[in-house]
Amino acid sequence: MNCDWIRQRMDAYVDNELPEAEAAEFEAHMRSCAACANAALEQTRLKLATRTAGQRFTPPAEFLQRMEQNLRPQSAKPSWRLLRWPVALPVAMAAALLLAVLLIANFQHRRAAYAELADLHVTTLASANPVDVISEDRHTVKPWFAGRIPFTFDLPELKDTGFELSGGRVVYLQHSPGAQLLYTLRKHRLSVFIFQDGQAWPGMMTGASSELSFHMESWSHSGLRYVIVGDVSDADIHSLAELLRKVARQ
Amino acid sequence: MAEPTTDTGTFEELTLPLLARLYNLARWLTQDAVEAEELVQESCMKALRGFGSYRQGTNFSAWIYRIMRNTFLTSRAGLKHTTISLDDEESDVPEPATVGTPETALLASFDQQAIQGALEELPLHFREIILLCDVEEMSYQAISDALGIPIGTVMSRLSRARRAMRAQLAGMPNSPRPRSASR
Ligand SMILES: [Zn+2]
Repeated sequence: MNCDWIRQRMDAYVDNELPEAEAAEFEAHMRSCAACANAALEQTRLKLATRTAGQRFTPPAEFLQRMEQNLRPQSAKPSWRLLRWPVALPVAMAAALLLAVLLIANFQHRRAAYAELADLHVTTLASANPVDVISEDRHTVKPWFAGRIPFTFDLPELKDTGFELSGGRVVYLQHSPGAQLLYTLRKHRLSVFIFQDGQAWPGMMTGASSELSFHMESWSHSGLRYVIVGDVSDADIHSLAELLRKVARQ
Repeated sequence: MAEPTTDTGTFEELTLPLLARLYNLARWLTQDAVEAEELVQESCMKALRGFGSYRQGTNFSAWIYRIMRNTFLTSRAGLKHTTISLDDEESDVPEPATVGTPETALLASFDQQAIQGALEELPLHFREIILLCDVEEMSYQAISDALGIPIGTVMSRLSRARRAMRAQLAGMPNSPRPRSASR
């Protein structure tokens, strides 16, 4: 491989579009050619810098609100969206969803933000593709969010805890983007929501809540609001919360 | 880096999470806050009407971006770009970059405002392909779908766009110009 061969494939290499065999040859060349290695490093840096610089414009909140209303005319009672879900849902699940609808409708009355999160959690469980990044590896999931949400967070090591990470996705709550992470514990699923803490959170409080079939725990740390929602015991939710708090403090 | 194309859902489920990103792209296309809002709104309406033609499971952001750029290019603001965008790039084989060109000497850390300024100065079709590839992190296949051009053209246009951007960066003072600061 000569340097021209490398330079012709520089874009494809940095964009992760080179076929595996060519990428291997590319990397082999870089180990012996400092000029090409530098060029690849420099182009990677430019790509990363462009990614940040290109995320320049944030839509005004009123605009997002208007668009959401246009796209979701029934947003006044989001729980009923659950009823439009795939007919193929197993009967047991459909029954559970109906129950959840009723519970959420009741719950919402008191705590709008929690209810919306419970709604998001139920939506996720019923979805055919619940997560956008599918991975058990926190080192894959965390960087996936970079650039998709305006903050970063750390995820705990789960070895020997019984919890497993299934993946994550970007969610919107009251027009703010945040992260939803899906965990499983003994076949039960839990959602961890992370948002920027702020004025968008009226009625959001710290502490545990277990009035309904979903158990929740919420806290705030370093400007981030964490909420865990799931149908496991308070103690189980609390132990996941402890793991998250521990890694956030490090 | 290419995300799995497993986009399925109702129109609102697919569109709502993309609104902020569509708006960002619309601002880069129109270079105007009011026009960007109108563009996103009109594009979403068109996309909703045409949602039947979206194939579930394919890349939704590529699909909706294609609608948005077509909406923009056929708008009054966009029409003035079409003449410069439709250049003869397909016949223009990019010369291989050789080792030791001034471009690769640009190892300095990249200044965010300098990059934004350089992007602003690029012709529309260069600006958009860099945004789709580097900011939206679309695969070449998704870019090919979004722009309606073959993958070979994606690669040659991207290479030309990056060279143009490096030329901008190399020729530009590090301090932001007043024009880009006022936007
Ligand atoms: Zn070399």
